Amino acid sequence: MDSQITNAGRPRFRNLAAVIALIPATAAVVVVYIGCMLWTVRLSFTSSKLLPIFDWVGLSQYSRLFLNERFSVAVENIVIFGVLFIAGCLILGFLLAVFIDQKVRGEAVFRTIFLYPYAMSFVVTGLAWQWFLNPTHGVQKLGRDLGFENFTFNWLVTQDMVIYTIVIAAIWQGSGLVMCILLAGLRGVDESLWKAARVDGIPAWRYYLFIVLPLLGPMIVTAVVLLSISVVKLYDLVVAMTKGGPGIASDVPAKFVMDHFFERNNVGLATAAATMMLIAVASILAPWLYQTYIRPAGRVA
Amino acid sequence: MTMMQASGRRPSRISAGTIGIYAFLLIAAVFFLLPAWIMLMTSLKPMEEIRLGNILMWPNAVTFEPWIRAWSEACTGLDCRGVSVGFWNSVRILIPSLILSIAAGAVTGYALSFWRVRGANVMFGLLLLGAFIPYQVFLYPLVRIFAVTGIYNSFACIVLVHVIFGLPIMTLLFRNYYASLPVELFKAARVDGGGFWSIFIRIILPMSTPILIVATILQVTGIWNDFLFGLTFAGRDNLPMTVQLNNIVSSRQGESQYNTEMAATILTAMIPLAVYFISGRWFVRGIASGAVKG
Repeated sequence: MDSQITNAGRPRFRNLAAVIALIPATAAVVVVYIGCMLWTVRLSFTSSKLLPIFDWVGLSQYSRLFLNERFSVAVENIVIFGVLFIAGCLILGFLLAVFIDQKVRGEAVFRTIFLYPYAMSFVVTGLAWQWFLNPTHGVQKLGRDLGFENFTFNWLVTQDMVIYTIVIAAIWQGSGLVMCILLAGLRGVDESLWKAARVDGIPAWRYYLFIVLPLLGPMIVTAVVLLSISVVKLYDLVVAMTKGGPGIASDVPAKFVMDHFFERNNVGLATAAATMMLIAVASILAPWLYQTYIRPAGRVA
Repeated sequence: MTMMQASGRRPSRISAGTIGIYAFLLIAAVFFLLPAWIMLMTSLKPMEEIRLGNILMWPNAVTFEPWIRAWSEACTGLDCRGVSVGFWNSVRILIPSLILSIAAGAVTGYALSFWRVRGANVMFGLLLLGAFIPYQVFLYPLVRIFAVTGIYNSFACIVLVHVIFGLPIMTLLFRNYYASLPVELFKAARVDGGGFWSIFIRIILPMSTPILIVATILQVTGIWNDFLFGLTFAGRDNLPMTVQLNNIVSSRQGESQYNTEMAATILTAMIPLAVYFISGRWFVRGIASGAVKG
């Protein structure tokens, strides 16, 4: 670390001031990030209902969790959502970045339009889309008004399809971020590559797919990690858009946990589900974190 | 970067490729603008026109009444004071959370980049990990702690929560920025006998303007858009605008006032959108360095 001076000859009291300055952050790490996490994991092995009890029931909350129909719906939903949302954001974000990079007129306007949803909250996004997709007033009525009498688009209120409406809304909100990350990457690609590809008569689409895309590898990894984290955290959007319904059809793990904490007063089951979320994140994160932060000597890009 | 010009010849007429590029971008722009357009149109129409008319059309008779109702009369259950209540709650939550979280991040980042404290890097690593863990893992024990200490459901509680969970990204932001400053400056200040705080206030802080702007953008949008913490920690009387908005829409009885709801939704999006449009490239810089927050 070139930014840190050596210890030699430093008066003790200055060191003390730095130690004191780090106390709040250390307290947050110890009490919240470690303490509360361990507390949650510990509670998942208890029979706590409304209030925490510190007994020990082994893995019985977990076996109850895996038999819980609502939780399996939530897990299935988050897998569908995760795959489609990440794939959708990457494809749309990549296409937007490539097309914007063609020296188009009004580039700044397009960029502004594609990214503005990212500034809005999930609650606003959810309410906007539930209005747009509302069968009585929204896109279905629009189709019928245009003369297609039998036009049907009622995914928002259809159990099997509702999760896809959440995917659409989330892609709308998040693909601007991917565009932004990849556009920065595209601007760094050496221009002579394109000239060489032209000389060899390689068409533009093959140039982007087979030459540029591999060069963007690290940015795509970053984007995937960021999107994955927001997948696991998915909560506000579902609450605002469908409240988890119809029935439990659009439930997700974060909502399952929140409802069992604060409405159904089943702390044991909720902490077991929260621990499963923690394990899911850790398995996504560990390899990437090692690669990005720990290997290059702690310096963050 | 001029990918198309790199071929060396100027297209004499508009080629099919160019049309394709613009067609794609325009269709994409329509997709991104459509929900906002529909919200805006809905908020400007009386209810009869919403029931009968086309959702895309400009209103026959523009009315601002839904906006006024949304601001000052919309109901959450029996409480009919409009989203202005949530707006002011959000402002009251935002200002102290913003100042405290940036201050905490700046001081922590400064201490981490310029001073050697035993175990500091381990602490920083754990802090970063915390940024990625779903909040549901911490919420319940935190609620218990706050309940025992007696600050649960108060402004202090929600502000503290925002500071705690803003700490990883704020620290990362400031630490990386300070790592890019020339260390000679710091060494010279040390030779002149500057202490921890005097170096920070006299030398480091005046050089921090760009990163302070980025941090402010990130935190204003992040704190304003928060739903989960406000719902869990703020308490019934201090609910932020996002939570109140969701309550208004989900607690509706009888026929919905869609125009009022859409006006309230737009009002809730107003502050982060203003930040976005005013800050421009700074916003992009913010998400590039702080996107871990999502």
